[in-house]
Amino acid sequence: MFRTRPEATGATVAVTVEGHEIRVPEGASAAAAMLLAGFSSTRESSIGGVPRGPYCLMGVCFDCLAEIDGVPNRQGCMVTVAPGMAIRRQHGKRAAGVE
Amino acid sequence: MQHYDAIVIGGGLVGSAIAYGLSRAGLKGALIDEGDVAFRASRGNFGLVWVQSKGLGAPHYQRWTRLSADEWPALASELRERTGIDVGHERPGGVHLCLSEEELAERGARMEQMRNEAGNFGFEYRMLDPDELKDMLPGIGPAVLGASWTPYDGHANSLSLLHALHRGFLARGGTYLPNRTIDYAGVAPRDFRLGSGADQIGAPRIVLAAGLGNAKLAQLFGLSAPVRPQRGQILVTERTSRVFETPTTTVRQTVEGGIMIGDSMEDVGFDTTQRPEVMAAMARRAVLSFPFLAGLQIVRAWAALRVMPPDGLPIYDESEKFAGAFTANCHSGVTLAAAHANAFAPMVAAGALDPVMAPFSAARFDVPHAA
Repeated sequence: MFRTRPEATGATVAVTVEGHEIRVPEGASAAAAMLLAGFSSTRESSIGGVPRGPYCLMGVCFDCLAEIDGVPNRQGCMVTVAPGMAIRRQHGKRAAGVE
Repeated sequence: MQHYDAIVIGGGLVGSAIAYGLSRAGLKGALIDEGDVAFRASRGNFGLVWVQSKGLGAPHYQRWTRLSADEWPALASELRERTGIDVGHERPGGVHLCLSEEELAERGARMEQMRNEAGNFGFEYRMLDPDELKDMLPGIGPAVLGASWTPYDGHANSLSLLHALHRGFLARGGTYLPNRTIDYAGVAPRDFRLGSGADQIGAPRIVLAAGLGNAKLAQLFGLSAPVRPQRGQILVTERTSRVFETPTTTVRQTVEGGIMIGDSMEDVGFDTTQRPEVMAAMARRAVLSFPFLAGLQIVRAWAALRVMPPDGLPIYDESEKFAGAFTANCHSGVTLAAAHANAFAPMVAAGALDPVMAPFSAARFDVPHAA
């Protein structure tokens, strides 16, 4: 569904999306990596549990929330990929970290 | 000239609760509101329905607040039935955390004095030790030495409340007039006429509920409302799974999962800017209270202005000079929403305030100076 722009540089940065390795251009966002990995829905919303995906891609809509390197609820569009980054879908609300 | 049974000036929580109550009593009402330039305490508040800190040395305020907290469940279910909006009200009791021996002693003394002042009306409270707090508030930190608890406190989604009151008012045939300023006021006993742009409206009753705007407005109607702004700042974390239901005075988790932190009272005039040093102090104390908060992201933060009478107590008044003109001023638009809809509005509908409201009159500020 999504392709990189023709002027984009080569896919050189290896990250994992839901455990699957994928190479994306340097400077791409984690949200772009999820789209390129074939996920149009990248999270379930926190109240209704409905599927959502990256929309504005500029830090406003909060619909691209993802778990990145173990940190939940990060805005995928605002995080630039780094080699070895582990990106996962955000399933509803995060845990609060209270036993 | 459009004629109504009552005009309410101010479409925030105070004005819309009164307008809702008036329309439910069968009055044809007009609700005049400012635009998005308004200060809107109703959109910046913390969402507590709070009783336990209210009315030290002023038992009438404790009783009024308690009346509202007791009426809240009925108002919430009525709004759900009439508007389909769930205002998210919960009343699990509430807690005030103490982080030093000094705070704890002071709080204990305050609560005991509240009980003494309540007399036969009663005031149920308990001081909780850290073990009891752990059950009530999972995640609480070792810096918390104790807390006061009362069963009367609760919280709600104040934005949903504002929405529901407006919708309920409209469903009862009320007329909402937004983006208005008052250009002209013709004032006579039980005959009030307002001009706003091309609109002219009139009614035998008028209620001033314009928040900080009341200070100026009241004078036109032979009333006094010496309210001043007091800034409060709020931080909100990302939504998490439910950790605790019990709200505290400064940290609460909403039903949607976000954790709100609100812990500032600043006298800075009409300045709604945020201050990093205040936000940092709030965050620091919140993390001392609940260490897990340090691992959560803040997703929103804002500042807003409370509507503060000189002694912190509400002002309710009726004009002696111009019968039919009333004023309502308070910093607790959420807590007192049920009292405004279910107790204050019926008095306005009947044409006069009940004598129990006399201690809330602004006349209390007119103390003659000693010679």
